[in-house]
Amino acid sequence: MLDVIYNHVDEAAAIVLFSIGFTTLLLNRNLIKKIIGFSMMDNAIYLFLASYGYIQGRAAPIYIGGNTDPTAYVNPLPAGLVLTGIVVSVSVTAIMLALTVRLYRHYHTLDIDKIAEIVRKEGK
Amino acid sequence: MEIQQNLPMILILLPLAVSPALAFLRPKASRAVMLAVSLISCAVSLALTVYMCAEDSLPYTIKMGEYGAPFGNELYISRTECIVSLLFSCVHMLSLLGGLHRLDEEIHENRRSLFYTVTSLLLSAIQALCFTNDLFTGYVFLEITTIAAGALIFIRSREGALFASMRYMIMNLLGSGLFLLGLAVMYCLTGELLFPQLKEGVSQILREGRYIRPLTASILLITVGLSIKSALYPFHTWLPNAYSGATPAASSMLSSLVSKAYIFLLIKIVMRVTGPEAFVSLRAGDVVFVYSCIAIILGSIDAIREHNVRRMVSYSSVAQIGYIFLGVSIGTAAGMTAAIFHILAHSISKAMLFPAVDRLTQVSGGNENYRDLRGSGFRAPLAGIAFVVGAFSITGIPIFAGFSSKVYLASAAVESGGWRMLIVLFVLAASTVLNVSYFLRTVITLYRPGERYPLTRDKAVMVPLALALIVFIGLNTALGIFSLPVFEMINDGIMLW
Repeated sequence: MLDVIYNHVDEAAAIVLFSIGFTTLLLNRNLIKKIIGFSMMDNAIYLFLASYGYIQGRAAPIYIGGNTDPTAYVNPLPAGLVLTGIVVSVSVTAIMLALTVRLYRHYHTLDIDKIAEIVRKEGK
Repeated sequence: MEIQQNLPMILILLPLAVSPALAFLRPKASRAVMLAVSLISCAVSLALTVYMCAEDSLPYTIKMGEYGAPFGNELYISRTECIVSLLFSCVHMLSLLGGLHRLDEEIHENRRSLFYTVTSLLLSAIQALCFTNDLFTGYVFLEITTIAAGALIFIRSREGALFASMRYMIMNLLGSGLFLLGLAVMYCLTGELLFPQLKEGVSQILREGRYIRPLTASILLITVGLSIKSALYPFHTWLPNAYSGATPAASSMLSSLVSKAYIFLLIKIVMRVTGPEAFVSLRAGDVVFVYSCIAIILGSIDAIREHNVRRMVSYSSVAQIGYIFLGVSIGTAAGMTAAIFHILAHSISKAMLFPAVDRLTQVSGGNENYRDLRGSGFRAPLAGIAFVVGAFSITGIPIFAGFSSKVYLASAAVESGGWRMLIVLFVLAASTVLNVSYFLRTVITLYRPGERYPLTRDKAVMVPLALALIVFIGLNTALGIFSLPVFEMINDGIMLW
């Protein structure tokens, strides 16, 4: 068991980070911390993909003359996925932060439970 | 490649290209362009459906940029996708028309052009979700849909909409996170992202028996992620606020396009990647089955306890989403076909109910409690009829679409047999009784003599709403009466998946 974790320390770290991020996004009451949790969760998955895509001793998949043997390079696809994923999560983070700014201007608090209480009172 | 086969590209790229430009136009020009785009995409979907309906037409794939398997991106088009895409285009246009008269008062003038930008983006994203043949493209458009849907909620100039949108975004991001992790695990197991190649990889794992546990985890993560995003029962808490807080056009789109696109993606993954047998044998089917049964019963009970009519209609969505997942969890081709048919039936009913309810509350002095709607069926006759048709369809009265879909669900359950059949039939029967009890009391209230309110609205403004409601009523009855050809078309597509 320990052996497996030792050999896949990046993946194990990624899963731990994912769990921390997921729990923070779900349970933390502070909106900014929720957003931090979200970023952590997404980045953990990118770490997972990137560490899966890297093979020790191989070069980055950029051909500048020289070695034409495909086994000398790592698979470029996971890196491409991670890049695309980063773009997606940056835009989602931006929209969440913008939403948080508007919520804070209106309710003067970042605590989601307090906001819920105010919304409920306003509704009545 | 024939020229008609490129039509899906227009469906995805046209709204995507137009979307940023709409933000810079004046609201009126923006609205005109958006309606034109919507109409074009309806026409294109229809043309594609006609093309695919031809006797000898077979499913085909479009390779983006002609790149091959591990790197490339593909669209896959069969009859099922065509029908669903046609539904999405039509419902998108009709929801827009149905909510048009309310946009001026509910959305601040500076943001009105942005509203069209967001709806255009949404149209593009759901069409892409409908046709995609690639798991990662699915994820990207999932997030685009989430952003567009979140924006549709908070664009309304009403406090409370912001908070509803925040909750919506948080739950959806949790769902996307789980989906992405499931995708990453599946990619690590198989090294593929395109559905056909993934299916080979998955069936190899199932044959050899190695790595079954990570595969199960990955399938469960994807299933649960998409269930959260489409508001299956325990994850539905964001739904009533989001649907009732948004402007009617946005509520219609959220309930009948966004959540349906997620479920359709799940159905595609189940059928084309894991295979229905593995989906059931790896226990993901059981998870969905249990939650969908709970959703049907408790969603209806929540709707009964709710007196606010818009929230009541929203809670009924929870129950209806339960039906769709019930079809998925049966885990046979017939179950999936029934689920997709229910997507059609529920979309056209629910997208009609939101504008109708909005109109009925408007003519009752803006009161949203159903008891205050007395006599509103006489003050707004067309909206009254639309509400009755929608309510009957969702309850499952014959000649309306909802009835056919319930019949198909029940027959799919009977075919699969076993203890599940009994539970499904019981749940269907119980929920029909529950549905009747909350829809019928509202229908009766609508046609009881009530107070008089001064009507100030000028008739010309209501033309789009009237048009949308009439088309919706027509579609609903047509789908109810001619359900068999549509059902067979969906089934043809699924058989070839």
